Amino acid sequence: MHETSVAPAVRHGPPTTFLRKHVFSTDHKVIGIQYYHLAFVAVVMGMVLSWLMRIHLGWTNAAIPGLQTLSPNGAPAGVMTPELYLQLMTMHATIMVFFVLTTAPFAAFGNYFLPIQTGAEDMPFPHFNMMSFWVTLTAFCVLITAFFVSDGPPLAGWTSYAPLSAIGKAAGPGQGAGQVIWATALGIFCIGQLLGSLNFISTVLDMRCKGMTLNRLPYTAWAWFITSCMGLTAFAVLMPATILLILDHVAGTSFFVPSGLVLNDQLVPHSGGSTLLWQHLFWFFGHPEVYIAIVPGLGIVSHVLVTNMRRPMLSTKAILYSMWALAFLSYMVYGHHMFVSGMNPFSSLAFSFPTLMITIPSTIVVLIWIGSLYGAKLRINSASLFALGFISMFVSGGVSGFFLAQPSIDIMLHATYFVVGHFHMVMGVAAMFGIFSGTYFWFPKMYGRMMNETLGRIHFWLTFVGTYCIFMPFHYLGWAGNVRRYAAFTDDFLKPLIPLHQFVSVAALLTGAVQLIFIYNFINSRLRGAPAPANPWEGTSLEWIMPSPPPWNNFGGKDPVVYHDADQYGVRTASGADYIMQNSPEMPLATADGD
Amino acid sequence: MGKLLAVTIIVIAILSAIPVVMHTWEAPADVSTHGPMIDSQMWDTMIEAGVSFLAAQILLAIFIWQFSKPRPGGKLKTFPGGAKGLVLAAIVLVGVEVLALGAFGAKAWATVYFTPPAPDALPVQVQAGQFAFYFRYPGADGKFGPIHPELINEANQNLFGLDPEHDVESRDDIVTAEMVIPVNKEIHLLMHAKDVSHSFYVPALRIHQDFVPGLDLSVHFTATKIGKYEIACSQLCGLGHYNMRAFLEVMSPKDYDDWIKKQAAEQ
Repeated sequence: MHETSVAPAVRHGPPTTFLRKHVFSTDHKVIGIQYYHLAFVAVVMGMVLSWLMRIHLGWTNAAIPGLQTLSPNGAPAGVMTPELYLQLMTMHATIMVFFVLTTAPFAAFGNYFLPIQTGAEDMPFPHFNMMSFWVTLTAFCVLITAFFVSDGPPLAGWTSYAPLSAIGKAAGPGQGAGQVIWATALGIFCIGQLLGSLNFISTVLDMRCKGMTLNRLPYTAWAWFITSCMGLTAFAVLMPATILLILDHVAGTSFFVPSGLVLNDQLVPHSGGSTLLWQHLFWFFGHPEVYIAIVPGLGIVSHVLVTNMRRPMLSTKAILYSMWALAFLSYMVYGHHMFVSGMNPFSSLAFSFPTLMITIPSTIVVLIWIGSLYGAKLRINSASLFALGFISMFVSGGVSGFFLAQPSIDIMLHATYFVVGHFHMVMGVAAMFGIFSGTYFWFPKMYGRMMNETLGRIHFWLTFVGTYCIFMPFHYLGWAGNVRRYAAFTDDFLKPLIPLHQFVSVAALLTGAVQLIFIYNFINSRLRGAPAPANPWEGTSLEWIMPSPPPWNNFGGKDPVVYHDADQYGVRTASGADYIMQNSPEMPLATADGD
Repeated sequence: MGKLLAVTIIVIAILSAIPVVMHTWEAPADVSTHGPMIDSQMWDTMIEAGVSFLAAQILLAIFIWQFSKPRPGGKLKTFPGGAKGLVLAAIVLVGVEVLALGAFGAKAWATVYFTPPAPDALPVQVQAGQFAFYFRYPGADGKFGPIHPELINEANQNLFGLDPEHDVESRDDIVTAEMVIPVNKEIHLLMHAKDVSHSFYVPALRIHQDFVPGLDLSVHFTATKIGKYEIACSQLCGLGHYNMRAFLEVMSPKDYDDWIKKQAAEQ
């Protein structure tokens, strides 16, 4: 007779107080939801900032109602000044990259589901886990305070290139206190991510239940594991970089400022620093960060698709090895951000070829997904629609990488809207589609209620078309030489492009408004959605063997025992189901494949 | 619903390709000797990327159309050739494609960055500062005087921090706010930043190079068509970044000589 569970393995007792249960909780599920809610708040802020920016770019002299009240100096009579535009842009990107694209797919979903999918009751260091969230929340609060200092937030962009970011307030509004706050917030954020990454890695390596070999982990667990390996190494580089930047501001050091610089006819009192040092440190973190944002999406899409295709992927190993290859190569390609930065031109070629090679694992993943769709019994629902939309976006954003990987073409396209279109599609929209797909898929498990499917589909259709209307034209703008990070377009060769910017702005405002449907659906379903069954999508992985929502100790004090990988779909069983759950000892009668 | 998604994906893919095929939005026409190689590389890449884009989107759409129909009791099918064929296709086809792009692209890159400027190239110095470019010509002696950052003073119009009293080479240097060059003459552009990072982006010349504070960098190019072109800053440099630009005027050799003499007389 097969064993279905082993002895209880309680690692911490049930929460006894409100604070312990909902606020300072060590339960990975509560922490995951806290991260999700943080990302929710952050994405609304980031989106509102992007609305303001798009209105300004479409109609530069338009007065935006209420903006003067929010920023009397930045928007006299409601018309945005160039410096306020850059400040909003910097905050939009920082909030989105760190507190949405890193927080939601990795920290939120990963915290909630990684221990469950490995068959663990919790992570090995629950207090570190709780600390990681509160440190991240602190980082967010610190960042937001930049809006309230006298000169406002920094205007140097999320890349904050030195010496603009290192000289201080003489370099421009927000470059004093605002920039120090920015660097402090990111330094704190790194601590949270390092603690989280350590926990994720330990969970996968040490906390798997009986029978859960590495090969049996679902795609998402692998994706979070790979992402945490990247996070451990990437954030460990960003953190010292931000510390050095802060020291340049407050301690009179010159890590990033060379000698002989003149601002306002005054010699800058620094010497001996290196401008390129910041770029190397930043992009050594920054490029893996792109994959930290997107690899969880690859896992979520694979996980959602395999459940809704009702068949295994053509090759699990091809997807997993490709994700590892992406992670590995992400450290070897960062210099493609610096082709025209004054590096030795031979370095550009050295960074170009690995960048081009990264196309191969990306293509393998896409082809395995598309090839697996062939002959499948694809179920269309909100989660699978967003997963399919992810593939389309990932392809569209990915092919523009062919251009940007080549230094000779980068001469034309560097720092143009082509780059903005590329990373928004592949890292922004595709990653967001992964988050939406994961939300529609796991909401029933997380909150115990079903989301409204009709609203979910309306949300998908309008978002899918809308995001293409926003970001595909960015490529045309860049192709025409439209420089990014301009608060207005005064150059003669850019003026003919303003109508296209207006089209993008309208699309952005409408697509942004569509997200209200999602917000309504999320809140309404949370309050009034139909009760969710344990396994609404007929999935195989361990999150579906427990009630929705799961109890505080996940598996009721017992560790599950696993007998299969999570790809047991399209099988014939005695019960007539076309799938076998990971903890079921049942063996398939025969595969339906070619039966 | 699956069929609608398939149609939508195909419509989006076709609509996305139309402006590219129709050349609706394009960079300013090239006026440099090295530009045709870059343009050719861009279009070769566009063809390869375009084919990959359309093929992937159409294949995705066809399979969604075909296999999202409810088929109760229907059998699963496996993609012909299985995963091995697809992985092999990705490694071989895409691998060859990107290596070819990389190799040809490296050649175009080398023409700009691996060749030294001709010995008789005309040296022009450009200084980028918040939020203007200034240019310096070496004058009759063919030499630039040294820069003394502590002497830079916009109020006194000592834009490059020159000290003609002590530096002989500085006395005939010509400083301008507009860049003027003769047509079909190679220019050796010597670049330095006064304050923060900037960039020298001339789309019509297919030239793009950052100014990196603390580093003296250079590029060289030859303009092939008389006209006036815009120089844009593409590296975020502060609140006036969007408005930091200058003009590059390409003249006939005779007009250039007249211009430089006039500038020398006015200094």
